[in-house]
Amino acid sequence: MKKMLKTLASATASLLLLAGAASAAEGQKDAKAISYSFEGPFGTFDKGQLQRGYKVYKEVCANCHAMKLVSFRNLSELGGPGFSIEQVKALAATFTVNDGPGNDGEMFDRPGLPSDRFPAPFANEQAAAAANGGALPPDLSLITKFRPGWYGTFNQLANGIGGPQYVYSILTGYEEPSEEIKAEMPEGKSYNPYFANGHFIAMASPLVDGQVDFDDGAPNKVDDMARDVSAFLAWTAEPKMEERKSLGFMVLIYLAVLALLLYFVKKKVWADQH
Amino acid sequence: MSGPSKYKPKSAFGKWMHERLPVMELVQGQIMDFPTPRNLNYWWTFGGILAIMLVAQLITGIVLAMHYTAHVDMAFDSVEHIMRDVNYGWLLRYLHANGASMFFIAVYVHMFRGMYYGSYKAPREVLWMIGVLIYLVMMATAFMGYVLPWGQMSFWGAKVITNLFSAIPFVGESVTTWLWGGYSVDNPTLNRFFSLHYLLPFVLAGLVGLHIWALHVPGNGNPTGVNVRGSQDTVPFHPYYTMKDGFAIVVFFILFAAFTFFAPNYLGHAINYLPANPLVTPAHIVPEWYYLPFYAILRAIPDKLLGVIAMFGSILILFVLPWLDTSRVRSGTYRPIFKQFFWVFVLVCIGLGYLGSKPAEGGYVFWARILTAYYFIHFLVILPLLGLLESPKPLPPSISDSVLAKKKAVGAG
Repeated sequence: MKKMLKTLASATASLLLLAGAASAAEGQKDAKAISYSFEGPFGTFDKGQLQRGYKVYKEVCANCHAMKLVSFRNLSELGGPGFSIEQVKALAATFTVNDGPGNDGEMFDRPGLPSDRFPAPFANEQAAAAANGGALPPDLSLITKFRPGWYGTFNQLANGIGGPQYVYSILTGYEEPSEEIKAEMPEGKSYNPYFANGHFIAMASPLVDGQVDFDDGAPNKVDDMARDVSAFLAWTAEPKMEERKSLGFMVLIYLAVLALLLYFVKKKVWADQH
Repeated sequence: MSGPSKYKPKSAFGKWMHERLPVMELVQGQIMDFPTPRNLNYWWTFGGILAIMLVAQLITGIVLAMHYTAHVDMAFDSVEHIMRDVNYGWLLRYLHANGASMFFIAVYVHMFRGMYYGSYKAPREVLWMIGVLIYLVMMATAFMGYVLPWGQMSFWGAKVITNLFSAIPFVGESVTTWLWGGYSVDNPTLNRFFSLHYLLPFVLAGLVGLHIWALHVPGNGNPTGVNVRGSQDTVPFHPYYTMKDGFAIVVFFILFAAFTFFAPNYLGHAINYLPANPLVTPAHIVPEWYYLPFYAILRAIPDKLLGVIAMFGSILILFVLPWLDTSRVRSGTYRPIFKQFFWVFVLVCIGLGYLGSKPAEGGYVFWARILTAYYFIHFLVILPLLGLLESPKPLPPSISDSVLAKKKAVGAG
């Protein structure tokens, strides 16, 4: 059995070599490896950080980016930013939602409800692209899951795909390009070495120090806001993360105990044979 | 299936039932008392693990299908609806997605075990061939399942794989159009893939039934490859192997749970969380890890048709493996030279998998060609010749002798 475990271990290692062996997009710089409270098997979201991140999203990102998979009600659900139900109701009501058709056959405007999805800033993708120099601002609901910050089979196994770090690095990674690069840079684009699709990004640097005032008086430099909003986007992409980890922990303990018991049962059953 | 049963109904109801449908006799004879070689090691537990994984995939899949919408405009969002709004939907989906990977890990171990111990040799050729069929249906099922979330890799993977059929001379284009249900991968494609993804697992269940039937006629092989000579060589399946398999299944579940709960997206592709977009091709289109060796073989050959033939050939060749291996000794344990070639072959398969994950350029293609050639040489040259040239080590006279010898060695050491 020892020999078998050894073989299994080496086979697993080689499988892992295959699994995450995706290659990086051309010239994308690895995201800055900042750490978050929600990393690791026991990590949880920092509610205050998520609330601040929501504010940055709402006041800055939401002007161009949609987030169609998230509803206001999610903001008060367990494992999230932890707003109260009253807060969420009040928050949703500040938006106007086009609904209908009503009984008279006409569409009408009404105040937002907790059950509404976050309203999109543009009527459709074409309008969004047209208003942004032809580049469609991606929906942010899942961005920390579809944009890896770094690559490498073992690196991703140990550190995750670095999705939140990717967002953080984009927001803090704008640089003045060298003259050479400047010559190649298309009109209306900015230079950002962390960007996944080449170095030229259609979004201009969106944050300036002190742009968003936090209710809890937390610091609001670009670095702070980028950390908060990237943590918020980690939550929107994986809202059940805390539930998943805590259930997973119990499942593993249960399985480990069951395995141990079964091992002794098996040993006892086989005692007369060996 | 194997001799007259010793089952005697005890209760009045048991007797009544036995005269009408002797299902308890089947359970008694094929599960409880079934004589199983007493020397099976843990590599033999993967059959049971696979059966459990099929059941797990069926259960999670059937519930997922209650919440999924097979339409190009709604599929992606319906999967996210499962992740966000359905009670424990995230758990079902992560179990199902990681379950597919676990299923393949187990099937590869199971297949390599069969290759090492010569499990495909007479009288178990049909058992082996049904197994290869199961593997093929599994691959088709998993491929269509990966298309259902309708992310970027779902769409482009479907496009690349279905396009392979266009390499067929004369009728290729028509076959591809027929598969798609149109002139590109679109809503009809998604709908039929969903339908087939729901159907094929039941075909698998039927094939597994045949696989077990074909196993229970000659009985299990064993690590020595020596035939069972009598009751001193066997133990009843229950409780000996129900407990041993049970322990192995729970240990396997620990690996399964570790991925599902703590790295649920590690074995997938990040870009599949981006909805399918027929106008934007991803930089690298890579299949799921379990197809990578075959993807490497496909791309190693510059001609599309020949590449497709080589890829399918690399699986179909397994059907004739029982006749390619000319050695009369079953177990690799007693074949010193075969043993080394076996491990080289395992490494070649892993190497092909690695190359399948890399872009088809430069040195990667060169090595993919070398390893592809070796893959076929292993089956077509090495195995037939080795059986004739190699002189195997002496076999133990019986299973119980080998067990006793081992015990002695352990006692002395």
